[in-house]
Order: sequence, then structure tokens, then C-alpha cells
Amino acid sequence: MTEPLLDVRDLWKTFGEGDAATQVLKGLNLTMAHGEMSALLGPSGSGKSTLLTILGTLMRPTSGRHTMLGQDLTSASDEDLTEFRNRHIGFVFQFHNLLPDFTALENVILPTAVREGRETSAARARGRELLVRMGLADRMDYLATSLSGGQKQRVAVARALMNSPELVLADEPTGNLDRAAANQVMETIDRLNREEGTTFLISTHDDKIAARCRRQILVGDGQVTG
Amino acid sequence: MLYALKIASRYMTSNKAQSALLIFGVAVGVFIFIFMSALIGGLADYILSRTAGDLSHVTIEAEARVPSLLLPDEKGAVLLVQKKDTSREARLSSVDAFIPVIEQLPGVKAVSREITGGGFLKRGVQSAQVSVTGVEPAKVSAIINLKSYLVAGTVDLGPGKVLIGKKLADDMSYRLGQTVELQADTGISQSLIVSGIYEIGSGGPDRRQVYVSLAVARTLFALPQGVSRVEIKLADLYQADATTARIKAITGLPATSWTENAAQLLDALKAQAQTGLMLKSFALITIVIGIASALLLSTYRRRPEIGIMRAMGAPRSFVVTVFVIQGAMIGLAGGLLGAGLGYLVLLAFPGREAFKPGNLPIDITQGAYGLAILLTVISATLASILPARAASRVDPVTAIGQ
Ligand SMILES: Nc1ncnc2c1ncn2[C@@H]1O[C@H](COP(=O)(O)OP(=O)(O)OP(=O)(O)O)[C@@H](O)[C@H]1O
Ligand SMILES: [Mg+2]
Repeated sequence: MTEPLLDVRDLWKTFGEGDAATQVLKGLNLTMAHGEMSALLGPSGSGKSTLLTILGTLMRPTSGRHTMLGQDLTSASDEDLTEFRNRHIGFVFQFHNLLPDFTALENVILPTAVREGRETSAARARGRELLVRMGLADRMDYLATSLSGGQKQRVAVARALMNSPELVLADEPTGNLDRAAANQVMETIDRLNREEGTTFLISTHDDKIAARCRRQILVGDGQVTG
Repeated sequence: MLYALKIASRYMTSNKAQSALLIFGVAVGVFIFIFMSALIGGLADYILSRTAGDLSHVTIEAEARVPSLLLPDEKGAVLLVQKKDTSREARLSSVDAFIPVIEQLPGVKAVSREITGGGFLKRGVQSAQVSVTGVEPAKVSAIINLKSYLVAGTVDLGPGKVLIGKKLADDMSYRLGQTVELQADTGISQSLIVSGIYEIGSGGPDRRQVYVSLAVARTLFALPQGVSRVEIKLADLYQADATTARIKAITGLPATSWTENAAQLLDALKAQAQTGLMLKSFALITIVIGIASALLLSTYRRRPEIGIMRAMGAPRSFVVTVFVIQGAMIGLAGGLLGAGLGYLVLLAFPGREAFKPGNLPIDITQGAYGLAILLTVISATLASILPARAASRVDPVTAIGQ
């Protein structure tokens, strides 16, 4: 059996303390293999976003074990997590996704530029190639603010792939898009998953989006229920 | 660094009005700094040139001998009244050999040997008590710039010539070219022609002081050799104490610096410089507060963006660098603008040579432009550290608002 991409065991997350404490994750277990394309489903407030931010190393669990690519991330330092995130994880958020003062291309190459300290021509070439694949060849030098919602999310997907991460976490990436734009975004994700073997975990309330994924992970009462 | 610089400059240009306002605010602070430097510096020079500028900076004068006393007993008091023996002034007999040595010392502009004494200026039945100074004719304007105070005639101190003050001339109704009788305390007298009349502006010298050549003074005071004092002018009057010490060490002559008798003036100048320093510090503090608060607001507004950068794997240090660079850029731009503005405004003030009483004696050369720019960049950089650190601690999860 090959090693899974990621594995979380007995994951707990509690917000607040004492009477105000909210237990969001209660001993959650989840394993994902390389190349998966999964939807994360569950009612509002069930902890989907919480799980994604923990898997993305943006937040630490209250307890439990979090391994990815064979590395134990629960005990890693903040600096190590930042570096790990940069190399192995891509994000697509619902809102506030792009830096408004930068062009589409500049946004896409950000993950490489912050690591290398400058925008290399190799990074620019990779960014252009990704934008072409997103169908945004004619929008590369547009400021983020002058793109449509769907275009912005496709730029965000391109950026998430910039450093060729093994895992892309998307939290309701199509949440504020219309059907057509949502479909376009999902098509590009689907293609990248098949062509590059990138693993996607996409939280959504949309059954049609969920149906496009090969696996559905259902979260309820702080655990994976199906 | 390069990439942080790119992001910082993009942040600056993305909100041009805000950046411009901020830079202008910094520039005003820098302008105040430069204006104060030029004013305080110019004022100090002006005051010094009006006072110590006409003084001898280092004076070598033979000490008047004070008779030694033996107190009758411990509780006793002695009141000694000694009449100054003006006719036989103490004199420096060995000074001539040292003159070339002193002239060679660094910073020495002029060395003037003088014979001084008291006397009476007579015309008919009228007579006025005067102080007589004999100088080498070539050095007549070396210590006090007599030439610049001349209201009539020339500073020519040829044989048989005398220069007198305006008040004395008025009191005695002396006119240029007139012959007057100068009788020294020694009883020796000479007929002299008034070759020039000066007005220094302060009553004393204008009424009491007369200048003759060294040769005339030798005759009047029966001093065939030696002089009564040597006055020395320096290029930089602040070097007087150091030069005095050197002269003493080299020649063993009793030299004194002008500062020994100018404690009050020096205190006033020091107080003035401190006031200037305080105002300049306030200007810098204003810059620091302005930049810190503006950047704090800016980092707050950009929290989601900072969150995205952190989520994409930008280290905290990168975020710090972005905002510190932004602070430094604001400082540099504001510093350059303020310095340029300051220079242009100072140009409108009359130059050092054209100071007139009642004008602000601003000295454009003392604007401390480089220092102002440097301090501003440093202040701006320091001011940005706090907001930059706050920005780097932004929690990406809450900032992105998931
Ligand atoms: N920082 C926090 N402090 C306190 N409670 C929090 C915090 N973040 C999330 N929660 C709580 O945790 C629970 C799960 O939130 P989460 O955002 O993970 O749900 P979700 O499944 O993503 O919901 P939705 O579908 O509406 O996005 C909610 O009850 C929420 O109020
Ligand atoms: Mg959510």
C-alpha cells in the first residue's frame, strides 16, 4: 500500500474556553490519497472551513495528529509550516482572494516570488502558462480589480497551482459565482486534477459541484460521517 | 528584498493621494528642521559676528603686577585701592620672536601687535580723554574691521595720522584732515592729522578710542621696543580655546581666549542652540508619529492581503520588510521633497553678507540638508517597525475572513 498524501487522526478543535467553548471538531479522522478530487460537504457550521484551515497549516488543532507527505505537521514550528505551505499546499478562498493592486499575472506568481525574493522570468513563464490554461491569456496584465468574479477565481486557481503543490484546498471557490462561471472554474480544476495529478479538496454547498468530484466527504457533528 | 520593494512601491502608488499627503506631511517636518538649522546657525553667526567677530579671539597681554599682600591676621580684611598705572603699562618685550611662530599656527588669520595707553586729545582749550591703540598700519582692519565702519576718510595710518570715532569727532567738532594734538599719559605729545572717522555703533569706542600707527605709539609711550599686547584673529572663533592652549604651550606667553570673558554670550548661544535642537526633535517626533499612524492604518486596511500573502507561504519577515521599506520610502521621498522645498524657501532670504538688522539672519548654507534627509529616513524606518511587526502577526485565517 502506498503512503497516503495526508492523514489526520483523532483531530479535535475547540474554540474559546470554559462555558463559551465550542467544540467544532471532535476526533475527526481523514485520509486522502494522491490525485484525489474530493468534495467536502456538511451543513453550515459543521466545521468544513475549520478543517480546511487546519489541513492548510493556517491553524493548529487543539489535539490530534496531522501528517502530510509523511511529515508530522502537529509539532512543526511556525516557520517550518510557512515553508511547507508554500511548497506543498495551494489555497482558493471564497472572498478576498487576490491582491487588488496587482495584475493577474503578478497575483499568480506571488507564491514563487515570496519564496525567491524576486519575480524571475522562469516564474513569469510558468504563471503565463497557467493563465493560458485557465483561458485567461488576454487578461494577464489586467489589474485584479478589473476582472470578473469568475475570472478572479480562475486566477486564484492558477495561483494555487503556481508552486506545483501536492494539495489544493478550496473553500467554497464558486460560492459567489453564477452557474456558468462556477462551471468554468470547476472545469479548470477538473482538468488540472487529471493532467497534473494535483489533489483537490473542495468545500461546497452545491450538489452539482459535489457531483463533479469523485469522492464526497461528509462532515457532521465534528466528525467525518461519510 | 527586491520583491518586498516591489510590493511596497505598488502600495505607495496604488493610493497616490494618500501617499502624496503623507510625503508632504513628512516634507513639512523636514522643512521645519532645515529652516530651524539655518535660522539657529545663521543667528549664532550673526550674533557672534556682531560681537565676538570684532574681538580679538586670542589676546596675549602682559599681566599687570598685583602687589603681594600679607594679611595682618586671619580675621583681618584689607581694602586695596590701586590706581592703574597707565603711563607705564606692563609690556611684552620678548613677543616679537614668537610672532612668525604664531602666524604659522593652523587657523590663525591675523596677528596684530599693539601698544596701548591713555592720553588726551586737545584742540585749543578743549580736551577729551582717550584710549590710544597703536597698530601696524597694514593690520588696522585685521582684528576689528575698521574699514567697514569708516564714515569718512581712509584707514591710512601713515606717519602722523590718527583715526577717531564719530562721536568724538562730533563732540570736538573735528573734521577730516584737521590737525589735532595727542598727549599721552607719559606727557609726550604729537600733532596728528585726522585721516579717518569711524562709527562702530557702540558709544564707547566711538567716543573714547583713537588709533595711531605703532611707530607713533612708540614715541608717545616711550616704548622703543616690545608691545603691550598681541591680538590674534582666527578663521574659526570656536577654535579659540584650543589655539590659546597651543600658544601658551609653545610660547609660554600669557594668552587668553575671548571665551573667558564671554561666558554670558556663550551661554545664550548654547541656550539658543538647545532651543533649536528641541524644535528639530519635535519636528522629527512629528514625522515618526505621522508615519507610524499612517502605516498602522494602512496595515489594518491591508489585513486581508497580508493574510493572503501569509497563506501563500510568505514568512513574517517578508511582511515586516514590505512595510519597513514603505516607511523608508516615505521618509526618503519626504526628506528629499522637504530639503528641496527648504532650499528654495531659504533662497528667498538675503545672503549672509546682506544681513540687515531686523531681518532674519538665515544662513542657507547651514540648512543641514543631508542630516535632515538622513535623520528622516532613519526616523521613518524606525516609525514603520511597530506597524510592520503588527502586520506580520496578522492571523491569516481571521484576516481572510473565512
Ligand atoms: N475563530 C473562531 N472562534 C470561535 N468560533 C469559531 C471560530 N471559527 C469558527 N468557529 C465556529 O466553528 C463552527 C464551524 O465553523 P466553520 O466556519 O468551520 O463552519 P463551516 O462548515 O465552514 O460553515 P459554512 O458552511 O457556513 O462555511 C461554527 O460554529 C463557528 O461559529
Ligand atoms: Mg465555511
